[in-house]
Amino acid sequence: MSAPRGTPPDIPQPESFAFNPEVLEAAETIIAKYPEGRQASAVLPLLDLAQRQHDGWLPQAAMTYVAEMLDMAPIRVYEVATFYTMYNLSPVGENHVQVCTNLPCWLRGSSRVVETCERVLGIGVGETTEDGKFTLTEVECLGACVNAPMIQINDDYYEDLDASSTETILTELKSGETPKTGSRIGRRSCEPIGGLTSLTGDREAGD
Amino acid sequence: MLQDQDRIFTNIYGFNDPFLAGARSRGDWDGTKDILAKGREWIVEEIKSSGLRGRGGAGFGTGLKWSFMPKESDGRPHYLVVNADEGEPGTCKDREIMRHDPHKLIEGCLLAGFGMGAHAAYIYVRGEFYRETEALQRVVDEAYDAGLLGDDACGSGWKMDVHVHRGAGAYICGEETALIESLEGKKGQPRLKPPFPANAGLYGCPTTVNNVESIAVAPEILRRGADWFAGFGRQNNTGTKLFNISGHVEHPCTVEEEMSIPLKTLIEKHAGGVRGGWDNLLAVIPGGASVPVIPKSICDNVLMDFDALREVQSGLGTAAVMVMDRSTDIIQAIARLSAFYKHESCGQCTPCREGTGWMMRVMNRMVAGDASLEEIDILEEVTRQVEGHTICALGDAAAWPIQGLIRHFRDEIEDRIRKRGGAAQAAE
Repeated sequence: MSAPRGTPPDIPQPESFAFNPEVLEAAETIIAKYPEGRQASAVLPLLDLAQRQHDGWLPQAAMTYVAEMLDMAPIRVYEVATFYTMYNLSPVGENHVQVCTNLPCWLRGSSRVVETCERVLGIGVGETTEDGKFTLTEVECLGACVNAPMIQINDDYYEDLDASSTETILTELKSGETPKTGSRIGRRSCEPIGGLTSLTGDREAGD
Repeated sequence: MLQDQDRIFTNIYGFNDPFLAGARSRGDWDGTKDILAKGREWIVEEIKSSGLRGRGGAGFGTGLKWSFMPKESDGRPHYLVVNADEGEPGTCKDREIMRHDPHKLIEGCLLAGFGMGAHAAYIYVRGEFYRETEALQRVVDEAYDAGLLGDDACGSGWKMDVHVHRGAGAYICGEETALIESLEGKKGQPRLKPPFPANAGLYGCPTTVNNVESIAVAPEILRRGADWFAGFGRQNNTGTKLFNISGHVEHPCTVEEEMSIPLKTLIEKHAGGVRGGWDNLLAVIPGGASVPVIPKSICDNVLMDFDALREVQSGLGTAAVMVMDRSTDIIQAIARLSAFYKHESCGQCTPCREGTGWMMRVMNRMVAGDASLEEIDILEEVTRQVEGHTICALGDAAAWPIQGLIRHFRDEIEDRIRKRGGAAQAAE
């Protein structure tokens, strides 16, 4: 069978794929959310589980496996896997660094964040470091616009960045540390940094 | 100016406990059973008379939308689908609701679900919001454990299930029929309407798709009364609203304010003003990437509501305010949005699939001034051929920012073309 469109042809594909027991249990919980006979609804979350189990990328065998599990034609699963941007059809680094460069981030310096990533990691956008630790991707709006510029690395957001905090995050990841997620300029979340202009009286004591 | 006592999202910054104990202390789940006891009709009528208009961008009356659901089931189940696929550039309000005030959304699912005869709700969260999905799932679980959801939700006798579903990265799934397709396990490509979702939506069953914020404000409206909510903002533009203020302001932030607040007041009071002062303002995109840009002269006086922004040929959209000061290359800013729409077109309709790429390429030449003056009109003409000629509104959304640019900044584009032309001649 030919590979789904969008799959790079020179990627070595595993012969087979199967969920390990814990993941299988998670998959069954997900399938149970949908009415009987509508189990195809679970295809997005199941492909995500497969990708997580398989070091962050989705081999063709996993798509076929999910298709069988959900009683779908394999082509329908390939269509889904190639339509949505979060499925990686080829291997990615251990840390998938995704820099938002859409307008709100661009207005506040995402170009400097991209440059810093390229310099510190020694790779360009779309590339993976030789040691397989980092992949650098440019992405569209990630929905944290009042905390721009920001990057997503795997499941976490890093916000209110500049060149220096971006470098700190990447350096910490390189040395195996866990960088602090969220705002890097001391904000709790999306409140104005200059002091609260609303909800000034309702903080619980000790918070 | 809105007072804290009239704010709905009292934990939007997350300073306090977002989970059940904290939520109850802020008034969530208070008297939910009594509200349900007032009946389905009462709930829909109350939301109608509050004047609440959909908070996802289109601004359609929420109560009216609910009333389109069949009054009696013909045997098919009814579904509530909550659109949490927040991806409109500039917009980051639903994220804060889901991670800091999530019980308002879950209580809203029960009340709205009951109001439309639905026993199941699916909350479709954009895939990138992994942590937000975790928070939401935890809240759903604790709501079941506390008997607020399930076979006898809040002791009302109504069965209500709420499921959290994560997407996988596709802006187009914010379009309601694309979202339904995606939820069914397919590519997120919009459906032709009719049939409308209220007749044939998820699994071919009657379905209503609402934005997170629309559903999350419903419990407070029903508790405090439609008149309370309708007391804010201008007629036909009522209520309170979450605003996201990003870009060239001193203090970017999210804030809940009264509808119809002047744009200048919003920016100066909550976001610390425009970087370098109000006179340093160039332009604002007032409602997310899809609405046309407005120059400073309009920003000086415009009100932030559906009708006022429509009158100046822009829109409230998601109320995501992107501020640009005079250092901004406005042509490049709009070109960036053109690249976004090219990336996100689902490819189903030819005008959008081909048009977004064409518009992006021409916009990129405009940035460099590498164009002829006549091409400005050609570009404008092409946006008109995309607009209104596609199944969904993504084609319109791709066209409008460019139309706004040409309407207000044509001089800028012409200057750049002339400068580049002059430089080319001098080089010969």
